[in-house]
Amino acid sequence: MSTNQPERITGAQALIRALEMEQVDTIFGLPGGCILPAYDPLLESSIRHVLVRHEQGAGHMAEGYAHVTGRPGVAMVTSGPAATNLVTPLMDAYMDSIPMIGITGQVGTGAIGSDAFQECDTVGITRSCTKHNELVMSADDIPMAVRQAFHIATTGRPGPVLLDLPKDVLQNEMTWHWPTDEEVRASLPGYRPNTKGHPRMIKEAAQMILAAERPILYVGGGMLKARAAEALRELAELTGINVVTTLMARGVFPDDHELNLGMPGMHGTIAATTAMQRSDLLITLGARFDDRITGKVDGFAPDAKVIHVDIDPAEQGKVRRPDVPIVGDCRLVTEDIIREIRDLLASGVAQADISEWKSRVSGWQEIFPLTYDPAEPGAALKPQFCLERLRDSSPEDTIVVSGVGQHQMWASLHWRFNHPYTWVNSGGLGTMGFSIPAAIGAKMGRPDATVWAVDGDGCFQMTAQELVTATVERIPIKIALLNNSYLGMVRQWQEMFYDERYSEVYLSTDTPDYVKWAESMGCVGIRVESPEEVQPAIDLANSINDLTVVIEFRTDSDEKVFPMIPAGCTNDQVLVHPSQQEHRSQL
Amino acid sequence: MTAINPHGTSLNHGILSVLVQNRPGVLARVASLFARRGYNIFSLAVAPAEDDAQSRITIVVDLESAPLEQMVKQLFKLVDVVKISELDPRRSIERELLLATIRADAGQRSEIVELVKIFEAKILAVGADALTVSLEGHPDKLDDFEELLGSYAIVELQRTGRVALPKLDRSSRLRGANPNQKGKVG
Repeated sequence: MSTNQPERITGAQALIRALEMEQVDTIFGLPGGCILPAYDPLLESSIRHVLVRHEQGAGHMAEGYAHVTGRPGVAMVTSGPAATNLVTPLMDAYMDSIPMIGITGQVGTGAIGSDAFQECDTVGITRSCTKHNELVMSADDIPMAVRQAFHIATTGRPGPVLLDLPKDVLQNEMTWHWPTDEEVRASLPGYRPNTKGHPRMIKEAAQMILAAERPILYVGGGMLKARAAEALRELAELTGINVVTTLMARGVFPDDHELNLGMPGMHGTIAATTAMQRSDLLITLGARFDDRITGKVDGFAPDAKVIHVDIDPAEQGKVRRPDVPIVGDCRLVTEDIIREIRDLLASGVAQADISEWKSRVSGWQEIFPLTYDPAEPGAALKPQFCLERLRDSSPEDTIVVSGVGQHQMWASLHWRFNHPYTWVNSGGLGTMGFSIPAAIGAKMGRPDATVWAVDGDGCFQMTAQELVTATVERIPIKIALLNNSYLGMVRQWQEMFYDERYSEVYLSTDTPDYVKWAESMGCVGIRVESPEEVQPAIDLANSINDLTVVIEFRTDSDEKVFPMIPAGCTNDQVLVHPSQQEHRSQL
Repeated sequence: MTAINPHGTSLNHGILSVLVQNRPGVLARVASLFARRGYNIFSLAVAPAEDDAQSRITIVVDLESAPLEQMVKQLFKLVDVVKISELDPRRSIERELLLATIRADAGQRSEIVELVKIFEAKILAVGADALTVSLEGHPDKLDDFEELLGSYAIVELQRTGRVALPKLDRSSRLRGANPNQKGKVG
């Protein structure tokens, strides 16, 4: 573009060029009628396209990519059924605040509203599962729409943005123009995320933190989004306050750090959940008091005052009224709080003595460690055993991507996450089938890293067609399939809360044959049935780096996730592992 | 969107004046947000604002269904929402328009005309056995009028939903300031 001559290109060319300008290196997608024009200039583009086998896979891959890189993942599909197949990943990304760009084809502008072939009201359908969406009605608007989409997806509280592009808009010619930052800002007068915390509130928070006798750092996924791991570590070490990391925050603070109590909540560690429950100050950083954390809200952390730092003002007071609300970027606010605490300490303010509290907390850690009964000789494998061996045999910064259910909880609990952005899962929406496509996306984002998908048999069958994508596109991942023959988490609830009346939860132990499934899709398939086969299988899988490997672990159907807080109960009513029942009075 | 009193005047209601970008689908965004979060709307009025690129939506909301603060914060999250003013009913001017066609035979017509006079309403059309009347005013006044019309056979009745702006207080009358207005925060 060295000449001043206005450059005329098609809307489709403008779209691909705009994506390149936004530093997109990968698109996950599947072409079809209305999006066809956009696939033609892709042939000349530097962008790598990963051809999926189902549009839901494209969406979850984009999410996995975004999880590990922090950059928005891009999924591009056609109109109608392809757009509706993208709805689940969009909602998943919305719930977990994942930056993602969805691009859908649409019928020509003249046909909109006529029930044309493969027409659906995509912006209507996705309105409540995107941060923003837009039907682009003119080729000239494409560059601005793309810039707005990336700006909205990545700033403030991140989230998915969808652009719906009618076929003729892609085909029409336009004059290329790349909007400036000022033009983008001026075009969005209603979008001004606030990143700087209020100084008075920050001061108040710092004073409360130093005065608290039973403080806990309650850390959520917002700290990962804000890339605040270092600031968090500094705050924790400066004050000596214990940290709990929610399901969405695993990895933001090292599990090996002595201040880390692990995950709180419905299946959290006893120490994490109980420490929150008995706390007098919850220093809440980028967390949202999800029902899986609080249990029955009325009985949650009854003595605690709350500092709530979140970039989304609507999270303040949504569930629990904060004593000190701070709207702002979690990293900037945490850094400000640290500065304020240092000033207070320098001016002679002393921190309250929290040593007694910390010894109570470490007492819970000692009395109630994670535990499970080892398998009897000849009995089925324990899933926790398989995961521990996998954890201990995998490289230090292995990325773990899980589906949803028991295996997800075991992976979150038993893995040791010591690096941010190494844990990828579907937290808010709880999307079964998330792991395989998300693992492929994660591997595209971090090709240097070992990516292990931890999956269940129910989840696996929902999206395992993407193993073909992994093979054909040469994106080698590894899958640890914990096959307990059941929809395990549902079975656990039926066992515990429905008098062992098992209704529609049995899947089958040997149908499908997962080894043949893997092999038919070009992967290496390994079946493991006994404890002595576990280590060799893992070692073999870790030694194969050019093919996708599936290890099927045949695991114990009866195994349950402990601890557990039954739905509708307060966190005081936690069910500990049966072997720890005798110590329950010490909670 | 259910309500015991369809106009909400005697219930626990709040008024939001929402300035939005005048773009396709913006009303649907606002409406679907209220539906999705379970917020009840008593009435809603929308029309272009002083700047053609923007519209003003006046929403009367049921504060029994959710705290006003949450509604405001969730609305703020819509990218097309530029500004929200929480209007305190005691410190704002509210207006609404009512149209009604009432069956009125010769015997009843004079009674209805009397009522119209008392309320300073208008007769817009007169038929052989019916009248169409209009009344503009504070929603409370419209409530009273509607209640009294209830003694007659109402064929059709339509209210616009209220529109509202903040009252000018003495000091701001000169400056044109708007004490209730809040800027968008995120």
